[in-house]
Amino acid sequence: MRKLLDAYSPHFADRLALFALLVLVVAALAAPLISPQNPYDLAQLNIADGRLPPGTHAGSDTATGPQHYWLGSDDQGRDMFSAILYGLRISLTVGLSSTLLALAFGLSLGLLAGYFGGWIDTAVMRIADIQLSFPAILIALVLLAVLGQGVGKIITALFAVQWAYYARTARSAALVERNKDYIAAARLLGLSTWRILFRHLLPNCLPPLIVVSALQVASAISLEATLSFLGIGLPITEPSLGLLISTGFQYLMVGDYWISFFPGIALVLLIVSINLVADRLRDVLNPRLQKQ
Amino acid sequence: MLVFLLRRVMQSGVALLVMSVLVFVGVYAIGNPIDILVNPEADSAEIERATAALGLDRPLWTQYLIFLQKAFSGDFGNSFVHGSSATQLILHRMPATLELAFAALVIAIVLGIPLGLWAGLRPESASGRTIMGLSILGFSLPTFWVGLMLIMVFSVQLGWLPSNGRGSTVDLFGLPVSILTWDGLKHILMPALNLALFKISLVIRLTRAGTQEAMLQDYVRFARAKGLKASRIVGVHVLKNILIPIVTVLGLELGSLIAFAVVTESIFAWPGMGKLLIESISLLDRPVVVAYLLIVVAMFVVINLIVDILYSLLDPRIRLNAAAD
Repeated sequence: MRKLLDAYSPHFADRLALFALLVLVVAALAAPLISPQNPYDLAQLNIADGRLPPGTHAGSDTATGPQHYWLGSDDQGRDMFSAILYGLRISLTVGLSSTLLALAFGLSLGLLAGYFGGWIDTAVMRIADIQLSFPAILIALVLLAVLGQGVGKIITALFAVQWAYYARTARSAALVERNKDYIAAARLLGLSTWRILFRHLLPNCLPPLIVVSALQVASAISLEATLSFLGIGLPITEPSLGLLISTGFQYLMVGDYWISFFPGIALVLLIVSINLVADRLRDVLNPRLQKQ
Repeated sequence: MLVFLLRRVMQSGVALLVMSVLVFVGVYAIGNPIDILVNPEADSAEIERATAALGLDRPLWTQYLIFLQKAFSGDFGNSFVHGSSATQLILHRMPATLELAFAALVIAIVLGIPLGLWAGLRPESASGRTIMGLSILGFSLPTFWVGLMLIMVFSVQLGWLPSNGRGSTVDLFGLPVSILTWDGLKHILMPALNLALFKISLVIRLTRAGTQEAMLQDYVRFARAKGLKASRIVGVHVLKNILIPIVTVLGLELGSLIAFAVVTESIFAWPGMGKLLIESISLLDRPVVVAYLLIVVAMFVVINLIVDILYSLLDPRIRLNAAAD
């Protein structure tokens, strides 16, 4: 464990980022267990506790009895801390699932393109080029304007935004790997193309893709938050961090900062810690930078 | 060169077509286009008339051609909400967005290049490291959240800057402009800075990398040997050489500034076309949505094309590569 941590990074800031990320993920997973209130069970909310500043102790006639609103409450009397934990869950689920889907799709296409070359390569790379010439947010806006709101729809949009990065990265890795001896050996053994592609080529193309997808999770979460903030991402029934920030926006203008501020801090912590960890992963997985 | 040009123009054409198909399929094929294109209060006779007038009784590919033909002449129908032509509506809002995007671009250059030069000349110093640390933050913080924090601090807590609208404007060549009045300047400062944040980080990184590379070149050593002042070496010789890549990248980024203005305009209630898009999406005003998407995509394709051509003129290696594949 100690060794693993040393191999990861000797720097305090990098370790802090890893620790913060682990805490956030665990908190998201355990949200129903550790949050003081289920923020979406109406029986547990009391509108009289609406817009309480952070640290208020309010005793009211909700099912859970009196409680501390450490991070304040929103206009519905919802405990912000609980809402943030549930929001983290949704943000992470959307970010991770869209990234994994896009990774699987882009990786397969990229491997095929790099291994076979020819028209498959040209077709896939041209489409990827065209798509990457537009900023992600514009593609997402087009898709969401066309598809409408919903969890499945935003995952589709984030999937469409991301796949081209993986296809490109996988293709360039496959182009290098396909000329190596172990692929020639596998071919001489008469292995099937699928076996060569997915058992021999794929594992060797994976390291750069892990780094790219780690960075992409952060940008997917950020993009989802942005779209939800604009009101065209997730529906109000799936309150991700971006949606929480969005509901707090109007109260921010009259000075009740906490409804927007704390979900924002959680979002920033999540994104920055993922970015820092991904940055370290890049160095760890790069054999050229490996120290003795 | 001609082959290269043709190839690029064709690629741009394909990109435009793909986007138009996407939007067409979204608006016309998914769901009932009548619900989308005809006012919901219309009676059945009117709906039938509209179906025939829009050609919706014809096969899908003919419909697409009609859509394309209309789109080329800039006719996307009338807005349900405003009643006027969707294209007119967008064009009316466009100057505000362009002003915001250009203001952001200027801020990115004015702040980014000096900071990048500083960090490039002193990469190991505390100030150089701080600048790089801030640029990493600029890359990873969600823009919209930074916008909220700006409003929270400067509008709500300190009350220094207004948080919405364009302020008073002055007409310049018939177009309203904010940056020429003190009130307008106060209004544009925060949104432009917010929009510029990502680009400032980008310019800092580009300038720093360019400076570090340029300082090792022979011409810098020669200028030093000649006894030129350090300020002249950096300000004239180094800067001239690193500006080309920075200018090209910023040209490409102009399009993304326009796209990202959607977010900034919504936060600061800036009356540009991005805000109009978000309003139209939530009001289900489809003609405006379709018009916005196709106009912005077309702008994008044109900007990319121009930058591509300029870049190939500046750097002959690019042309050779394109001819080789």
